[in-house]
This record gives sequence, C-alpha cells and structure tokens, in this order.
Amino acid sequence: MNAGTRDEKGANMEDHAKPENTNAHRTAPTRLTGSEILWATLVGEGVTDVFGYPGGAILPAYDALRKFPIRHVLVRHEQGAAHMADGYARASGKVGVAVATSGPGATNLVTGIATAMLDSVPIVCITGNVSSKVLGTDAFQEIDITGITLPVTKHNFLVSRAEDLAAALRHAFQIARSGRPGPVLVDITKDAQQATAIFDFDAARPRPYRPHPMLRVEESGLAAAAELIRGSKRPIILAGHGVSESGAMEQVRTLAERAQIPVALTLLGLGGFPASHPLNMGMMGMHGEAWVNNAIQEADLLIACGMRFDDRVTGKLASYAPHAKKIHIEIDPAEINKNVKAEVALVGDLRTVLEDLLPRISGRDGSAWLKTIDASKGAVAVRDIKNLPDSGHLYAAHVMHDLWRITGGNALVVTDVGQHQMWEAQYFHHEHPRTLITSGGLGTMGYALPAAIGAKMACPEKEVWVIAGDGGFQMTAAELSTIVQEKLKINIAVINNGYLGMVRQWQEFFYERNYEATPLVSPDFVKLAEAHGIPGRAVRTRSEVLGAVEAARSAPGAYLLNFLVEKEDSVYPMIPAGSALHEMIRRPERDPLEESARDE
Amino acid sequence: MLHTFVAYVEDKPGVLTRVASLFRRLNINIHSLTVGRSERPGLSRLTLVCEASAEAGDRIRASLFKLENVVDVDDIAQAPSVTRELALIKVAAAPQSRSRIFDLVEVFRARIVDLTSESLMIEMTGVESKIEGLIEVLREDEGRILEICRSGKMTMRRGHHISSVLRAMGTGDEESAAVAALREEERLAAEPE
Ligand SMILES: Cc1ncc(C[n+]2csc(CCOP(=O)(O)OP(=O)(O)O)c2C)c(N)n1
Ligand SMILES: [Mg+2]
Repeated sequence: MNAGTRDEKGANMEDHAKPENTNAHRTAPTRLTGSEILWATLVGEGVTDVFGYPGGAILPAYDALRKFPIRHVLVRHEQGAAHMADGYARASGKVGVAVATSGPGATNLVTGIATAMLDSVPIVCITGNVSSKVLGTDAFQEIDITGITLPVTKHNFLVSRAEDLAAALRHAFQIARSGRPGPVLVDITKDAQQATAIFDFDAARPRPYRPHPMLRVEESGLAAAAELIRGSKRPIILAGHGVSESGAMEQVRTLAERAQIPVALTLLGLGGFPASHPLNMGMMGMHGEAWVNNAIQEADLLIACGMRFDDRVTGKLASYAPHAKKIHIEIDPAEINKNVKAEVALVGDLRTVLEDLLPRISGRDGSAWLKTIDASKGAVAVRDIKNLPDSGHLYAAHVMHDLWRITGGNALVVTDVGQHQMWEAQYFHHEHPRTLITSGGLGTMGYALPAAIGAKMACPEKEVWVIAGDGGFQMTAAELSTIVQEKLKINIAVINNGYLGMVRQWQEFFYERNYEATPLVSPDFVKLAEAHGIPGRAVRTRSEVLGAVEAARSAPGAYLLNFLVEKEDSVYPMIPAGSALHEMIRRPERDPLEESARDE
Repeated sequence: MLHTFVAYVEDKPGVLTRVASLFRRLNINIHSLTVGRSERPGLSRLTLVCEASAEAGDRIRASLFKLENVVDVDDIAQAPSVTRELALIKVAAAPQSRSRIFDLVEVFRARIVDLTSESLMIEMTGVESKIEGLIEVLREDEGRILEICRSGKMTMRRGHHISSVLRAMGTGDEESAAVAALREEERLAAEPE
C-alpha cells in the first residue's frame, strides 16, 4: 500500500508510487455517482480503512460504500473519528481518513483536526454538506465547515459538482502527505454525491507537487554547519518529530556517532533515536531531565533536527541556550528564526539534508563534553525506580516502568494528556520510531483511546497500550464500544489519581494549593469496561502490577487496568512556564520518590 | 516597519479569505490590499501593505507560500520599485469657488473627471504622499471634501526583474506547454511496467 505512504522528501514521489490495491481506479473512464467517485478515488489513493459516522448529508456516500473494498469503523463521536485517523497515520505513516456528516458531525471533527494540525499529521476528513442550491441559507444542519476549519487545516475544499470530486480528493491526499504533513478537509455537497460524472482516476491526478519555494540547502550552508560542528566543544543534537516523519533515524544516528554528539529529544521525538543508545540523553524541556536541560544551557552548539523550538522545550527564550550557536534543519521555512535565531538554517527534508551533510562530517573527539554531562547526571540525580522505597504505595512512575519492562519496550503506546503523559515519557523508554503516539502540540485530552483504535487498525500485529488519566479517559470513553464492535485487542491502563492531576500540580506549585475544580469523581472503570464487555481489574499496590499487566496482555480481547495511584504526586522536574531552562522545580527531599544517580 | 507584499494567487473563491486570515491570526492590520488580474491566465496579483516588525517579513512570506492557492510572494521591502495609488475625491464646490480647485488640481497633476453644479470629482494617481498632500490642501478649505475613495498601493519592482518562481513557471502559452510535457512524462512513469 505504498501509495498511501507519505512522501517523505517533500518531492512528488507519490505520483510514481502505484497502489497495489484493486484496479477500481484503473478502469477506463466510467460514469459514476459522486458517492461512487468518492470511494473509488479513496481506493485508488490506497485507502483501506476509514473512521466515520453517518448522517443525512453524507448518506448518499454511505449508500455506495458497500461496493468498495474499504473497512468502515463506526465511531461513537466524530472527534474520535478524527483522532482515529490521526492515530492510524502516526502509527503507519499512511494518510488517515475520517468521515462525518454536515453540521454537528463536521463541527465535532474540529478538535481532532486541530490536534493533527499542530502535530503535522496527514489526515483527510470528508464531510457531507447540504445541497449546493441551499448553501449559505442556514438550511438544516448546514455549517460553514470550510470556514471553521480554515485555520486548522493545511487546506480545505468545498466540492459542489461530482465532476470536481476526484481531482479535489486526489489533491487533498497530495497536500496531506507532502512537505510538512497535515490535515485536509473535503466538504462535499449532497447533490455532488448524488449527481453523476465521468470518473477517470488518472486524469484527476493533481499537478506535480511543488516544494515550498523557500526551501534552501546551499553548499555554503552545509559547509558552515560542518565547520560549526567541527569547531564545537559542547554540541547537542535536538531531535524532534521530523526525525521519524522524514525517516531520518539512521542519518541522525550516524551524525551522533561519528561526531560523538549527545542527543536530546522532544516529546514527539521520542523513539526517533533509541533510548538505550549511549548518546541518548532523553527528553528535554518542561519535564525533561534536569541534566539534559542544564547541558542545553551550557552547550556551545545546538543542532536542531526536525523540531521547532516550542515553548515547552525552550522555557524563557531570552535565556535559552545563551552560549550556543544554532543549526536549524527543518522542512518548514516558516519555522526558521520563529522562536530561536539560527546561525545556519538548512531548510529542507531532514533526511536529505543530513545525507548531504554527513560526507562533510569527520570523526570528532567528544569525550570531554560527554564526561561533563555524565558527571552532572550523577550530581543532579536521577529518578531510580529500583531505589523507591517499597512502601506498597503505587506510583504512576512504577506503572510506567513496569509496563516498559514487561512489554520489553516493544509496545506501541498511545498516551493521553496530563501527568501520566509526562511519566510515560520519562519512564517508558522508546527504542523505535512510531512507538509513542501522543498529542504534543495541542495537548488534547481524550486523544488516547480513539487514537489507539486508529493505531491498532493500522498495525494489527502490534501490542497496543492506551495510557490515559482518569480525566481524559472520560472524555472519549464511549469509544470502548467501538473497540468491542471492531473486536480490537487493545490494552488500556487508566492512571487513576482522582484528580485532573496536571492542573492540580499547577495549583499546588503556583496557586497555593487551591484545588479548584480538579478533584474528580469517576465511575468504577472496571465496571464501566465490563458493561462494554471488556474485562478488567483494579490495581492498588506495586506487587499487583506484574500480574495485572500479564493478565491484560494474555487476554484474547481488549482489557482495562484501573491503576489507583498516589493522588497528589507531581511530575518532577518541572520548569515553570516562562522560566529559564535551568530554573527547575526539583522533587522535595522528603518525598518517597527519591532520585538517585543509579537510573536504569 | 511597513511591509509590502506582492503575491500571485489563484483566481478562485475563498482565496482572499485565506490570505486575510493569515494576517488576522497574527493580529496584523492590513493597511491596504489591491487585487486584480495579472498577466497570467487564472492568476490574480495582489499588493498587500501592513505594519510588522522587520524580522516578521520572512515568516509572513514563508507562511503565505504555505497557502495552497498562493503561487508566488515577493516582499518588496527596500527594493527599487514603482508604487502608485489611485484616488477619487469628491469635493463640494459652487461655481464661484471652482477656479481655486482647478488650480490645485493643476499643481498636483490631477484631473477633474466629473462636474455638477454643486460638486466635482478629482482623479489622482501618484505615490501615497502626493495623494495625501492633495487631500490635506483640500481639507484646509473646511468641509469641502465629500467622499474619498482610494485604491490602496500597487507596487512593481523596477528593471527586468522576475521572480525565480514565475520564471520557473514560464509565461502564458509556454507554461501550458511545459505543464503538458511534464504531465506526459509522469503519465509514462506511472504506467504499469
Ligand atoms: C480537552 C482539554 N481540556 C483541558 C485540558 C487542560 N488539562 C491539561 S492536563 C489536564 C488534567 C488531566 O487530568 P487526567 O486526565 O486525570 O490526567 P492526569 O494529569 O491526572 O494524569 C487538563 C484538565 C486539556 N489539555 N485538554
Ligand atoms: Mg488524573
């Protein structure tokens, strides 16, 4: 299904890739209804699965669906459809597809579309709309969804004629997966679905993809970058989402190894560089390890690879990495000099740029800097699960650590948003790209469960774990039914601390423990799962974790674990928003979760 | 500083919203915006003037390029260029006071394009400051100006300048020939082995 694979170089590769799928689009030009054209074009683009919810304005399309080799997953809320398409795309690198009706169906997609936009995930959303004759009249369930989604899509289309449909859809797929990927919406009026037109898949191909005209990788830039690397004493590679998006894992690794440069990762960069690699420092930023952030503050060179200096990783910009020159390798020209000024900007696809850069990089002795970092690592201390006093209390950190151990780190983990998300990032060590799926840019609670459904559909052979908070889980818990209806084997870990934990933590640190609106009453999640036909159990102590996780893994179908963890635990270290990277809040001494140097 | 962007955009519904929305999101006020047909079929040319920091220029240009319907963007900045604005100014003037206005119009090299017993209309083309100069002088005659309609700035670089983007596209017929050739090439490449 390589036609669905993203064009990683930002060039027009997809036009040469041939779907191995059905010949539906290869037939001679035929007269079809708009609805049939819709599905036939999707099949031609390599789509095998879609996530959707029907309604009046999209009914003609649904009526035609059974004639096409596409699996439709009925969601329980359209937000879930967008997240599923997103999880599907992140897990596989293919374009995810969500379908919804007009009006409320379309508006329900918006949070999911915005989530995909902020994390550059290629999805195509299809919405029905009222008949073109009544557009703009506030007809029943009419909404201006192209207007609403304009700022949260890469592009969107309003199609009101069957003959325009195939071209718009094919263009949508091209836009979604090219350059810096992102969501595209195609709004199709009901009459366009019902009318007929000649369908000619090949004739509907979009114009060759035109890379952003401001992409720029010049000889002089490559030479300057190589020179900066050669002359640097304290360099760090900052690896972001772009590493896996571009498929540049090998190149980043070669650069790091050849020039002996340590690698720090953003949240979405986790997995792009193996956690076990001796040069991997771990996560940077707001909840990154203290020594990682300190090293960035001391560095004399930052090599940013497919990351955008988000405020969560820079802290206060004025005092960010004050001694460092910056090399910024990035596919989106609008990211250059946005937050952090780059001495050298290499604006292009990460993998291609690194391939051009690597021949200029020679071996380098980085041992002094690596030793310094290692020493600071010991000095500022690390959390060590092994050294936790076994008081019997269950900490979320325990759960993450044990999950990592038991699954051998091979699971595909989908996290929600909150404290558990950060603990997962800290204690579950990701070796491979596309094994951590999480909403980084928008931070969308409710993301994990539906995104995991998408991920499991994309990678049925993978062991998939949802890790969600008690708050976020309740935002989209209705999708448990979807899991059951689709017979998906998904393991669910609810990290139940009785609070909107991350917000409570902010209240603890910055609002004098005024716990307004953060204590949270929840249903018995095990019973809730059982009501859906999903078995589960509650876990209250550390000693129960192993057995519970094994029970979940060996269950034939989905399984839910309700981890009742310490209620008022906080994520450490933490950089308060707007503070400098080295101004971290550290775990108080008396706390049972003591940090020690022997981290493993 | 004042930025002047010249862009070629597809002549399709909704394109202007996308361009305007970018500035809305950045909370940047658009001083003026003129749009019209260009020398290329299917493409409109716009000149957009806005106030933003000097560093913002590149990012705005890069963001404009990210819009699917935007084909080319030029940030004119300090480049040598010709800038013009068109203004129509309706002035109340009884027959006995006309001659003074005629003199002004003469001095400013403007034209009278409509005349009634109580008012007249002045057409003026020029750089912004000249138009403003005329308006100011007319204002000094209290209460005389009835209506002002200004086109906003239009800008074109001097000399034989053409952007690399447009050059790559060729012009008019050349373009369609080039695109046709490319498509044919691709069609052959996509043919099953
Ligand atoms: C849709 C949405 N609403 C609100 C927030 C703000 N927010 C961020 S974390 C958080 C608390 C999450 O609580 P829970 O799901 O229980 O996870 P925990 O932090 O306790 O692990 C909230 C409310 C958000 N990120 N997303
Ligand atoms: Mg919670």
